[in-house]
Amino acid sequence: MEYETIAAISTPMGEGAISIIRLSGSKAIDIADRLYRGKASLKDVKTHTIHYGKIIDPKTDETIEEVMVSVMRGPKTFTREDVVEINCHGGLVSVKRVLELVLEVGAVLAEPGEFTKRAFLNGRIDLSQAEAVMDLIRAKTDQAMNVAMGQMEGRLSRLIQSLRQTLLEIIAHVEVNIDYPEYDAEEMTNRMLKEKAGYVQNKIKDLLTTAKQGKILREGLSTVIIGRPNVGKSSLLNNLIHENKAIVTDIPGTTRDVIEEYVNIRGVPLKLIDTAGIRETEDIVERMGVERSRQLLKKADLILLLLNYNQELLPEDIQLFEAIQGMDAIIVVNKTDLEKKISLDEVRTLAGPSKVITSSLLKEEGIDELEEAVRDLFFEQGIESQDMTYVSNSRHISLLNQASRAIGDAISSIEDGMPVDLAQIDLRRTWEILGEIIGDTVSDSLIDQLFSQFCLGK
Amino acid sequence: MTTTYLAGQYDVIVVGAGHAGVEAGLASARMGAETLVLTINLDAIAFMPCNPSVGGPAKGVVVREIDALGGEMGRNIDKTHIQMRMLNTGKGPAVRALRAQADKFDYQHEMKRTLENTEHLTVRQGMVERLIVVDGVCKGVITNTNAEYRAKSVVLTTGTYLRGKIIIGELSYQSGPNNMQASVELSNHLKELGFDIVRFKTGTPPRVNGKTIDYSKTEIQPGDDEPRAFSYETTTFITEQIPCWLTYTSPETHDIINSNLSRSPMYSGMIEGTGPRYCPSIEDKIVRFNDKPRHQLFLEPEGKNTEEVYVQGLSTSLPEEIQRKILMSIPGLEASKMMRPGYAIEYDAIVPTQLWPTLETKKIKGLFTAGQINGTSGYEEAAGQGIIGGINAACKALGKDPVILDRSQAYIGVLIDDLVTKGTNEPYRLLTSRAEYRLLLRHDNADLRLTEIGHNLGLISEERYQAFKNKKAIIAEEKARLASVMIKPTEEVQALLKERGAGELKESVTAEHFLKRPEIHYEDIAAMTPPEQPLSAEAAEQVEIQIKYDGYIAKQMLQVERMQRMESKKIPEDLDYFAINGLATEAKQKLSVVRPLSVGQASRVSGVNPSDISILLVYLEQGKLAKIAES
Repeated sequence: MEYETIAAISTPMGEGAISIIRLSGSKAIDIADRLYRGKASLKDVKTHTIHYGKIIDPKTDETIEEVMVSVMRGPKTFTREDVVEINCHGGLVSVKRVLELVLEVGAVLAEPGEFTKRAFLNGRIDLSQAEAVMDLIRAKTDQAMNVAMGQMEGRLSRLIQSLRQTLLEIIAHVEVNIDYPEYDAEEMTNRMLKEKAGYVQNKIKDLLTTAKQGKILREGLSTVIIGRPNVGKSSLLNNLIHENKAIVTDIPGTTRDVIEEYVNIRGVPLKLIDTAGIRETEDIVERMGVERSRQLLKKADLILLLLNYNQELLPEDIQLFEAIQGMDAIIVVNKTDLEKKISLDEVRTLAGPSKVITSSLLKEEGIDELEEAVRDLFFEQGIESQDMTYVSNSRHISLLNQASRAIGDAISSIEDGMPVDLAQIDLRRTWEILGEIIGDTVSDSLIDQLFSQFCLGK
Repeated sequence: MTTTYLAGQYDVIVVGAGHAGVEAGLASARMGAETLVLTINLDAIAFMPCNPSVGGPAKGVVVREIDALGGEMGRNIDKTHIQMRMLNTGKGPAVRALRAQADKFDYQHEMKRTLENTEHLTVRQGMVERLIVVDGVCKGVITNTNAEYRAKSVVLTTGTYLRGKIIIGELSYQSGPNNMQASVELSNHLKELGFDIVRFKTGTPPRVNGKTIDYSKTEIQPGDDEPRAFSYETTTFITEQIPCWLTYTSPETHDIINSNLSRSPMYSGMIEGTGPRYCPSIEDKIVRFNDKPRHQLFLEPEGKNTEEVYVQGLSTSLPEEIQRKILMSIPGLEASKMMRPGYAIEYDAIVPTQLWPTLETKKIKGLFTAGQINGTSGYEEAAGQGIIGGINAACKALGKDPVILDRSQAYIGVLIDDLVTKGTNEPYRLLTSRAEYRLLLRHDNADLRLTEIGHNLGLISEERYQAFKNKKAIIAEEKARLASVMIKPTEEVQALLKERGAGELKESVTAEHFLKRPEIHYEDIAAMTPPEQPLSAEAAEQVEIQIKYDGYIAKQMLQVERMQRMESKKIPEDLDYFAINGLATEAKQKLSVVRPLSVGQASRVSGVNPSDISILLVYLEQGKLAKIAES
């Protein structure tokens, strides 16, 4: 193996009909095959052939995209390495998702101009083109540099920097124990180390959560409206849709009878699931049975549970509360235009951490409050579109995932009772990976930290 | 200028006989090169002007590496120490390190005798003032007695002697370490030859008479009971050890220092040299870390036949009068008699990016530099460079290929690569954290890493080499055996696991797998399933470490492979970086100074970023293509 396998979206970013993800390197076919489901394994197909199939997420078996995959074995390819091209149809959102998966299972994101560089290094391009290649690398890198410089001011980069500083202090503390064993610095015990590494791990997880928020912004929040008959589900649906200009799409390849509608709530795109069901029967629980609705609930990111202000809580209501235990939900008590018969205290007790809102959909009251509740639930700090773009960047997500694995490895080393200098290997790796996100991997800073944090001498 | 006389013709001349000089001279002579070692003072051979100790984290591993290459430091300290300890025993195998307290007089005498008895080696007192340089090639040296020595290569190991200046409070005078004569002319001459010179500073603490110390107020720091040795050849061990003692500064010490800072040359501006952050003087520590209530001080005997005691942690250049007050403020030293004051010393060093990784200077062919002259600090760092400088000077004289150790092979490789690639803006000290492949650069496997190289150079005896090969074979055999032998969940096994606080064994596993458990050691396995011949402690240790940390070792090996791919892409010495379109200006400048020999080395030059490396790769390929096109 000469180089690592690289991948990138190789069509211009935009809303073109087809986007192509290109992989190049000795593991290109292997990596693509791990995500591909089709008639035959990509490893067995002839070179320079194209195949229909699906890209699935190997962790969840979820279908991400229908694709055409071209397999071209080296050396008769652009880079002279094995090349795989995944043709996606689903627009930017799903293309990015496919790229993320490719990076998760072993490819590294291509640097600017890297395919061309590979082509050159592998002898594919002749001498006269070499200068052009160098200009290309420089130009694209400058662009990337500008982007990086822009990011340096962002919230993400400040977060990463403070995280790296925390890590650096831990590492320096362990290093001083190693390099100055007789120095009277407190010995970093496994317990202390685990606690501190755990803190970093949580912070990385938080960052990945913002990446999830980025994903929500891109892909929409799967939302299910539930409630007994006649509580006002279709009124709510219509209110949301009419207020917010719904986009109705027919999603092929998934259950044909389910129609999804997108609405934009205060900047949060909601993907309303099974709206057809609500329209037709007004009663999702009755129509599909509790089991089926539980299935539907499982897929949901957000549940809107409607109750009737004008009726006492019924056993069916309690059942619905039980079904949404532990999920992100908002409780809407509708029909405040009628007489109050429900006990709001009881509702609040059942709702637990979920927010309870009262509304009169008939009089169009309470909609604003609901919309704010939806936004607050997923974006407590409000939507900072600037930062969201950062963490929805595939390269950052891929690096954050790597950092998360590395710090996880460090913690399991500590838990396994491995010597502290071995856990240190993964701690340093975490620090380096985080540095890659903000373009700072200068390793001398450890030595600087060591001598500014501790008083060492002869 | 007075006429010179031809005083001798050699293959290699080594200027200086400190820790770098003796290793350089011995390696060169043992390789069969006629070698001359010149020193200002024969009584200062292998002199320890500062702490009387050898080894410690990273440094101790360097001593083992020197020994595996056939050098002398390990053997010499094994014969002359007064105490030895293994440090970091509670941590992983990669960071364990030996440290010895030396009898500094015995150490010198033993080293001097070794030099005197080495074939092809001449030791002579003399001060070198000039180099003979013809058309950019060094042809020999001229001393202050007008002796002209000719040689094919010359190694400069001048330590802190180059334009050395001692400073104690308001007093300062020209001097080498411990009032030795400084070397002034040579420094001026190096400047004339066009070398970039920097001024560095280091220091040493006062010494006191041990008879006047009240040890009852201090804590004892004994050596290990288990016999230890640096050298793989050592078979007899010193059993009688002398302890060190630990005490601390008092609030009074801090008051004295704080109220006399104005008299400290560090703060009055008298010192121009850059001092190392890792060896600050006591006044520096108290100013920079003023919230620390006390600082440790180790009392280290300087030898068996002297009462002089080194006060480690009290390095200072305050006036002598203040030093005496400070000593009296320290528990256990209230009535102590100071024998020598501490001092700061400034000296000239050359900017090490002027060197190839062989330690030959880029400016003058056949001229090598090693040790403190290259901006390092520490006896071990000096000796490590000394042996490489000596080997390469001899290789050059004998027409052999040079030896360059890479960062995955040895701490010596890390040290030299750091110096010649990044330079240093303070005296450079090795730390384990400087090594990215620390787990591979262990104390215990220095022989496995380097004996082969030492043997190829003729620095390792046949007998030792056979023993080494034998050890290697035994380790491999035993590892293979453990991979096939099964450990069954018998009552005995479960009892052992319970005793160690480990989980039960559910089903039979290979002994190899069983050994990966943190609670299990090789001796346990050897007791359950003994090998045909019992293994030596060293071989058993290797088997255990190699199996137990296999996952981590494999991870690092993968990184090494990646590095070596870049390392194998060579760059011509005379590449014109300014002619490469697309390289950033900073990269052009930095690379032109360092002139890296491989793309790997280029990528470690500060200020060179990944896109510059991409462009460099493309450019180098283009050159290859052009050659094919021409032919």
